[in-house]
Amino acid sequence: MSNIGTLDDPSEPQELYAARKKIFPKRATGDFRRLKWIIMIVTLAIYYVTPWLRWDRGPYAPDQAVLVDVANRRFYFFFIEIWPQEFYFVAGMLVMAGIGLFLVTSVVGRAWCGYTCPQTVWTDLFLVVERFMEGDRNARMKLDAAPYTFDKLRKRVIKHVIWLLIAVATGGAWIFYFADAPTLLVELFTGEAAFVAYATVAVLTATTYTFGGHMREQVCNYMCPWPRIQAAMLDEDSLVVTYNDWRGEPRTHGRKKAAAAGDPMGDCVDCNACVVVCPAGIDIREGQQMECITCALCIDACDDIMGKLGREKGLISYSTLSDYNTNMALATDPETSTINPDRIRDENGFIEGIRHFDWRIFLRPRTLLYFSVWAMIGIGLLTALVMRDRLGVNVQHDRNPIFVQMSDGGIRNGYTVKILNMVQEPRVIFLSLEGLPGATMSINGLDQPDGVSFAVPVEPDQLRALRVFVRQPAAYIEGGSTQFHLIAEDKQSNEMDIYEAVFEAPEVK
Amino acid sequence: MAEKNEIDEFSGVETTGHDWDGIKELNNPLPRWWLWTFYATIVFAIGYTIAYPAWPGISGASKGLLGWSSRANVSADIAAVEASRSVFAEKILNMELAEIEADTDLLQFAIAGGSSAFKVNCSQCHGAGAAGGGGYPNLLDDDWIWGGDVEQIYLTLQHGIRYDADEDTRFSDMPAFGADEILERSDIVDAAWYVRQISGQESDAEAALRGQTVYEDNCAACHGDNGEGDHDLGAPNLNDAIWLYGGSHAEIVAQISRPQQGVMPGWAGRLSEATTKQLAIYVHSLGGGE
Repeated sequence: MSNIGTLDDPSEPQELYAARKKIFPKRATGDFRRLKWIIMIVTLAIYYVTPWLRWDRGPYAPDQAVLVDVANRRFYFFFIEIWPQEFYFVAGMLVMAGIGLFLVTSVVGRAWCGYTCPQTVWTDLFLVVERFMEGDRNARMKLDAAPYTFDKLRKRVIKHVIWLLIAVATGGAWIFYFADAPTLLVELFTGEAAFVAYATVAVLTATTYTFGGHMREQVCNYMCPWPRIQAAMLDEDSLVVTYNDWRGEPRTHGRKKAAAAGDPMGDCVDCNACVVVCPAGIDIREGQQMECITCALCIDACDDIMGKLGREKGLISYSTLSDYNTNMALATDPETSTINPDRIRDENGFIEGIRHFDWRIFLRPRTLLYFSVWAMIGIGLLTALVMRDRLGVNVQHDRNPIFVQMSDGGIRNGYTVKILNMVQEPRVIFLSLEGLPGATMSINGLDQPDGVSFAVPVEPDQLRALRVFVRQPAAYIEGGSTQFHLIAEDKQSNEMDIYEAVFEAPEVK
Repeated sequence: MAEKNEIDEFSGVETTGHDWDGIKELNNPLPRWWLWTFYATIVFAIGYTIAYPAWPGISGASKGLLGWSSRANVSADIAAVEASRSVFAEKILNMELAEIEADTDLLQFAIAGGSSAFKVNCSQCHGAGAAGGGGYPNLLDDDWIWGGDVEQIYLTLQHGIRYDADEDTRFSDMPAFGADEILERSDIVDAAWYVRQISGQESDAEAALRGQTVYEDNCAACHGDNGEGDHDLGAPNLNDAIWLYGGSHAEIVAQISRPQQGVMPGWAGRLSEATTKQLAIYVHSLGGGE
């Protein structure tokens, strides 16, 4: 953003606001471009297809593999079902995602930005459409500069219509995560879906179309906090997309002329291939920049040229700052403080001291620490998932009053008991009282005589709240607080949950 | 804007010409769309204040072109809730209390509705937890002066107790045996010891024996031969552990001499029948219902 129009003449009144410079990225080919195509297809497929996957959970639960059921407060993920109080699983996974991001960033820099960020993926997709309708870089630039003719109008209109269709599909796919997808799809088209569904589709359509079609790198540069945060997590051993000016400079266009003059010749032929493919519109040869999302397309572009020229690939490469600095020191002439590529070459290629990519940079204390923290949280979450209860009992003692004097001198305490049946089939749960001498229970709405154990039918995947009265005859009353147990038990699966409850009575004088 | 701009040596960025003790401000221009977005929010804000109530005047704020008001919103919400409840409310109005209690959904609805009506209308005397106190009966226990089945509770709610404004009110009047000099002071003391005895409390056996005669002659007619009380007469049970006005000897003597007799208003004219029914069911569910 540094080179606005007034630099040449500081006496001109300067602009405080700059218009977006149009970027026409050229199609790149190569290993990284292929990797990006694959990641794009996989991530888009995950996004669009996931809500349509089915997962049989029996007759009492939805059969959608991934479903955020907000109305019923349930989250389904294949074989896992989460109740709201188990949200710590989601929180734990968010922590893992955060630390995973630290890990990835400390190893390969802004890989998230360059390959998997939705902004990058959808912008890429929109660029595919743009290229299909208007051609590659030069054709697009020409078309953009041309006056509006019928042909230009046709191309533009079709392009925007396709963009909008993609945007609608993007917004549409999102809402399918929150309701039964096949049902909602029909409702969407028959006008029966909830207002919030249409509103969500509309908002996401607008943001997808605007961000992917019109704003693109502006989102990364001005709206997104990640470029700043992720850049702060890099260190001298992180792999970042680097222009190796220790072998590229001085750029040499006319090599024969330079050779004749005996000037030092860098590998860079100043062909501009790295600049024209850049979706962020920067020149990587100017060094590390905030705008660089490390999509590595400049590597592909440069490798292509180097291959054609018969030179070693990797003039632009993933490289660490410490390798770069070492190589730079070797290439710099101490007397003139200029780069002389002859210093790092001999007849066999690069001299011995030149450092290249080394797998050992992955195994640093920093990355190992990130990885172990990440793995420990993962193991903890898995353990919690395997060990978690699918039957629960929660007891709330009445506070007002804490006990009731009965006419026969006995004391009664009231409780709200909640039995959680967290499996998808109806169960009969036995609620029993243990450890309170002489005491009996009665339960409102269960037509059963007083006793110490009750069979309570509980609906599948539901919580049942009961009003429970516990009554202890006068002869057994010890006064003050007495601890006892309320036990919920499924006698078929032998699952059990014990609640340590308190029975309150007046102090005995 | 100052006129003297220069290029910063390190960043290559132009300065704005602002200089504070040698610290110069760089001009990294904002994107133009950001500026337009800012203007758009201003335009939106103006439109918003026209569409919605906003501008303060002397006797109130501008109404807004859309006619929106938070009060109308609340009214609509309440109407929607009432409409959704009307199915239940109608059933409760038309069904017998016992039938309502047998229906799980209706019972739940009635208890919830009764609980909220209780907090508004009853908790002032009977307490938020319905535990009563200080001469106001505890509604949680199993001792009922006028009967604790759901029909009796409903009747009590409808007509009240010793409530002058209702002809059908429940009425009982215990004579002031002391204040009206019906009984000697010593007889009252003895009778109180006897009541202590039949309710299983510490007593003076000799005095209780004398008091038994006094009780049989004066009290048994209403409170029963064994002090079991009578729901129809509104005579409290005297042989249990529950005392509305206290169970110590002195308190019993005081109650015989100059009885306190509480008043409860009838709610027939003030609460809808459906609400009263829900209240009856709620009170009946509190644990002591018969």
